[in-house]
Amino acid sequence: MSQRVTLAKALNMGLRRAMEDDDKVLLMGEDVGKLGGVFRITDGLQKDFGEDRVIDSPLAESGIVGTAVGLAMRGYRPVVEIQFDGFVYPAYDQIVCQVAKIHYRSRGRVKMPMVIRIPYGGGIGAVEHHSESPEAQFAHTPGLKVVTCSNPVDGYWMIQQAIACDDPVVFLEPKRQYHADKADLDDQATPDPLFTSRIVRPGTDATLISYGPMVKTAMKAAEAAATEGRSLEVVDLRTLSPLDMTPVLDSVRRTGRAVVTHEAHVNLGMGAEVAARITEECFYSLEAPVLRVGGFDTPYPASRIEEDFLPDLDRVLDAVDRSFDY
Amino acid sequence: MSQQSGDGFGPDLAEVFGPAHSDGGPELVQLLTPEGERLHHPEFDLDFSAEELRGFYRDMVLTRRLDVEATALQRHGELGIWAQLLGQEAAQIGAGRALRPQDHVFPTYREHGVAWCRGIDPLQLLGLFRGVDHGSWDPEERHFGLYTIVIGAQCLHAVGYAMGMQRDGDVGTGDPDRDAAVLAHFGDGASSQGDVNESFIFAASYNAPVVFFCQNNQWAISEPIERQSRIPLYQRALGFGFPGIRVDGNDVLATYAVTRAALQRARDGQGPTFVEAYTYRMGAHTTTDDPTRYRLSDDVERWKLRDPIARVEVYLKRNGLVDEAFLEAVAEEADQLGATLREGCKALPDPAPLSMFDHVYAEMTEELAAQRDGYAAYRETFEGGVA
Ligand SMILES: Cc1ncc(C[n+]2csc(CCOP(=O)(O)OP(=O)(O)O)c2C)c(N)n1
Repeated sequence: MSQRVTLAKALNMGLRRAMEDDDKVLLMGEDVGKLGGVFRITDGLQKDFGEDRVIDSPLAESGIVGTAVGLAMRGYRPVVEIQFDGFVYPAYDQIVCQVAKIHYRSRGRVKMPMVIRIPYGGGIGAVEHHSESPEAQFAHTPGLKVVTCSNPVDGYWMIQQAIACDDPVVFLEPKRQYHADKADLDDQATPDPLFTSRIVRPGTDATLISYGPMVKTAMKAAEAAATEGRSLEVVDLRTLSPLDMTPVLDSVRRTGRAVVTHEAHVNLGMGAEVAARITEECFYSLEAPVLRVGGFDTPYPASRIEEDFLPDLDRVLDAVDRSFDY
Repeated sequence: MSQQSGDGFGPDLAEVFGPAHSDGGPELVQLLTPEGERLHHPEFDLDFSAEELRGFYRDMVLTRRLDVEATALQRHGELGIWAQLLGQEAAQIGAGRALRPQDHVFPTYREHGVAWCRGIDPLQLLGLFRGVDHGSWDPEERHFGLYTIVIGAQCLHAVGYAMGMQRDGDVGTGDPDRDAAVLAHFGDGASSQGDVNESFIFAASYNAPVVFFCQNNQWAISEPIERQSRIPLYQRALGFGFPGIRVDGNDVLATYAVTRAALQRARDGQGPTFVEAYTYRMGAHTTTDDPTRYRLSDDVERWKLRDPIARVEVYLKRNGLVDEAFLEAVAEEADQLGATLREGCKALPDPAPLSMFDHVYAEMTEELAAQRDGYAAYRETFEGGVA
């Protein structure tokens, strides 16, 4: 059946279906029960699945993730919600030192089928610690898988696929898209596999590579460029670890130019990895160096100037222009 | 896994500790009842001058006005968000007025009343919630730290700072102008965080001059206190090796008396104390919260009867300690504060875009300077250039 839904609703529906399909799936986190989470992603789930499966936790992120490790060892599939990106760090030790390494340490005997959901990114006018983009910190950790959705349809399928995955998945939700746009969701469709990237707009002159909250900006940039006679191809990475470079490399071989954009700080960000791989694999196809557009290498600034921090349409197009100047 | 009574996972909580949302129980230190009756306490009794009482009243009225005004400003789109303190005025003014100038405060994001006592310009608080900065006051100038949003993190800083005071010989000298202590604020929800529990361990281990001041307002967003603790919070302190006291957080006299005693104990070199100010969050958690989804309006009604300001007002009036002129003057002052905040908030300038590159490091890096210059040049290409 098809219906028009927001990303928030799609994630809610995806979680619901995963819980119906597998009674080992548990949701845990601060305020996920009665309140339905501060973003209402788990709205109504406690009412329908009970307090034993939708668990309001004490206010302790290390505790939430650490107990989820134990539950996973015991055969459950915990899906934990971190309330905001900036509050994942109290749990960082558990995620990086334990969640990521237990399968390895146990030589495959202990699985960690855990999903760590994090609303991330800026653009909502929030105070400190509510607008971070920590993806590179997790993608840099072997043993974790890191994915991010950019639209309701992906949100619906990807959350279910992440839950079904036997590895721990850091699932990044672009919070400024939660209620932004609706899309047609057909719950009978066959989704793309989880760890794949995808061309979301075909083009011939340059490749724009993005993910999560910046895909919308990239699409707008491509539209704007089209009015000036430039055809930009847009790739939504969707998966950050593992990185699915095949569609990216194919695209760059055709277009000869690449611009990578994300909200996170540029230095040592995802863009650096993507640019390095493109350079290694398609050096002779490139007409210009791979360019990056990201947040500046400052802490996330006060919200009144976050629009200056975040890459926008103009900064992306400026990079495209620079690419064509070579 | 439900924690209701009779779930087979533990004793019947209501039987052991009384109903969850009680009046605080017999252990509650109280000096002024909700009806405005003065009580006496064997350990924490104090004499208050009429002047002091009127001062408490004025502080609480003005703090409430700040809160109401900020909430309204958020509704009008002037603030991104506001963390309300409605109902917690007595806890904060009692604690804030118990401080000496040399003491140091580590606040959460909701200590507007304590900030008031420390002489922080309320407009600076608004600036943070408006999004023009991350807190523009100098933490050392009035010994009031920047607001901390990550739950509980500041408790460890507080203990470290207290250890520093100890090392500097500013504890236990007997000199009232020198001996200092630290006041660390946090909520009932925060009491579950590792950082808070670790701060208890460090404080006890080093006998640090710190007072842990928990405003148990019964809720951590939607989660009731029972989700954080199965025993009254103040009883936890004993397990860490220092005393805990539960005080009526809606009674400014008791909060003042208890905090004062605890701070003095710390300044004298006798180590940490845990103060649990038992109170209630009358408003929402923040302006983005909707408490009707999880909270009973009956509870709110019950707590309205324990309003911290009303009981002082009744006491003052009944004992002839105020006249109409005083009350009108305070009301007038509150109106003025409201007007100042309304105008001042709207007039707070947005930061210059390039200011985001300032203060990332004490010593600017070439790398970042290049990014800043690049962005400045980029902005120049637009009409108007750099703002
Ligand atoms: C580490 C961390 N996790 C989650 C949050 C989001 N959050 C902000 S306030 C809050 C509830 C805090 O409750 P409590 O400690 O009781 O203090 P109160 O706000 O009720 O005064 C939560 C979960 C946060 N700020 N920091």
